[in-house]
Amino acid sequence: MMTPGDLVATAARALRGNPLRSALTALGVIIGVASVVAMVALGRGAQERVQSSIASLGSNLVIVVPGAQRSGGVFLAQGATNTLTVADAEAIAREIDGIAAVAPSQRSGAQLVGQGVNWNTRVEGVTPPYLEVRDWKIAQGRMFDDREARQARKVVVLGQTVVDNMFPNVEPIGQRIRLSGGAYEVIGVLESKGQSGMGQDQDDIALAPLQTVKRRVAGRQGRADTVTSISIKAVSEEAVERVQEDVTALLRQRHRIQEGEADDFTVQNLNSIAATAQETTATFTTLIAAISAVSLLVGGIGIMNIMLVSVTERTREIGLRKALGARKGDILRQFGLEAVVLSCAGGVVGLVIGSLAAWGLTTAIDLPLLLGLDTGLIALGFSAAVGVIFGAYPAWRAAQLDPIEALRRE
Amino acid sequence: MAALIEAHDLVKTYRMGEETIHALAGVSFTVERGAYMAIIGPSGSGKSTLMNVLGGLDKPSGGALTIDGADMRALDDSGLAAFRNRTIGFVFQSFNLLPRLTALQNVELPMIYAGTDRRTRRERASMLLERVGLGARKGHRPTQLSGGQQQRVAIARALANGPALVLADEPTGALDTATTADILQLFGELNAEGATIVLVTHEPDVAAATRRVIEMRDGAIVADRGARAA
Repeated sequence: MMTPGDLVATAARALRGNPLRSALTALGVIIGVASVVAMVALGRGAQERVQSSIASLGSNLVIVVPGAQRSGGVFLAQGATNTLTVADAEAIAREIDGIAAVAPSQRSGAQLVGQGVNWNTRVEGVTPPYLEVRDWKIAQGRMFDDREARQARKVVVLGQTVVDNMFPNVEPIGQRIRLSGGAYEVIGVLESKGQSGMGQDQDDIALAPLQTVKRRVAGRQGRADTVTSISIKAVSEEAVERVQEDVTALLRQRHRIQEGEADDFTVQNLNSIAATAQETTATFTTLIAAISAVSLLVGGIGIMNIMLVSVTERTREIGLRKALGARKGDILRQFGLEAVVLSCAGGVVGLVIGSLAAWGLTTAIDLPLLLGLDTGLIALGFSAAVGVIFGAYPAWRAAQLDPIEALRRE
Repeated sequence: MAALIEAHDLVKTYRMGEETIHALAGVSFTVERGAYMAIIGPSGSGKSTLMNVLGGLDKPSGGALTIDGADMRALDDSGLAAFRNRTIGFVFQSFNLLPRLTALQNVELPMIYAGTDRRTRRERASMLLERVGLGARKGHRPTQLSGGQQQRVAIARALANGPALVLADEPTGALDTATTADILQLFGELNAEGATIVLVTHEPDVAAATRRVIEMRDGAIVADRGARAA
């Protein structure tokens, strides 16, 4: 019986004897492993990106929007009606436990003019707690305070995109801009948040006091008291679900909705949206990886093909080894190991190439690079399995050869 | 001590389509330890079949065969492999060296299958190559060696596990006359040192170098000369 060391040495020598053929045979596995590794890394990167952009909206966030009906997790026609009011927001803050902050907001589109530049953006009328609810920070200057909010002062806090476009070379704080016919003072700049999960630029925004926006920007929209959304921050992840239920119950009561009637508002829980998005991207990743795995299968068939050729070519060697005392098991292990060494070497090279490809791709499309030890181990495990599965038949054929016949063969 | 080989009424038949071929049709003989003998006969006489059966490459269909105390008909596949490894040393007409291995590595091969440790293997292979006169060519590959030198490597390999019996199948068939004489002289020396050697050949000149000649024809022994002298 051959010792493992001799077995490996024998297999390695046989593969080195024909380097070009060994390399080409391994190429199938290399491509297979590389594409699986790259695709899984890419999928995970996308998953991470979706997660972080959803988290960037604010943690433990519950958002209430008017109208809309909810059907199995799908939102239909949301924002179609104006049923939410500032009073609703105040009631939520007052009556529901487990809430860190509540921020009603009035969204409106508007043209900003200043420094000779026109910029169309989203104007959000909010109250000061909005920043806390959305986990947003001020990069420069300050947020307006409660007094300014109450007095409906004409002040704005701009998002980074607006600043970049309107004041590329000027200190923005203290600048005046025109908005819907009024002159506003820029008092602060928001920290950059980047794109949202849906590809929207979150920094293309201007925040102004809620009452200012309602009176001067969106004055004709609905009743004076309505808002386009209420953002609520729960105190903890555990509290989110309960807050969501309590808000629903409270608003149904306030809006006098009878039992059996549909809500005239929608309460969205960002955590559950995150979970759904996670699931979707994970499924997608699995799908892509499975498609890539097909090339691994093709690589395995390549190995089997070459091993069969090799067994035929080396019939005399097999006959000789048997005459010298090699048992069937020795021959089986020798050729099986050749296939495994070949596919594992392909796996290692494929892992390196796949990692480089993943790095290049994630850099190119600006995704986080997530390459775990587990990816490497799974890739190597799979390539070893390919070697065992596709090397087994050729090795078995070799082991079955009759030494007399084999020695007679030229 | 019992004889090394005891063959009694050995039969080996092959089926070839409809026909049954009697490659060995009842062969009986004994070979003592330390013998130096030849089996001769024309092609188709059954001498190759006899060699395969003696070497444990093939199992007899009938009769009794004991080699070095082992009942050859009772051995299974892996038993035969172990038997070939430890009891038999093969020498072939076409040398059958592995081209990618050095002379030393080729001689080590049977010891690898015996599970001998690396250091012992090296030392013994080295010693055997010196014994056959190739001490200076241990690192050479077969293609860098002449036919005679290749056959010497093969003989060293046959001796690797200290076999009870060296079986040589037309060992000089691929060699010129001068080299043939050298190889036969080497066999003579090894026999003098105690090795039991059986040559299978169709050349009377080669057979004449041994002390006993069994002549076969149509699967049977037709002459057995010099047995007494052994």
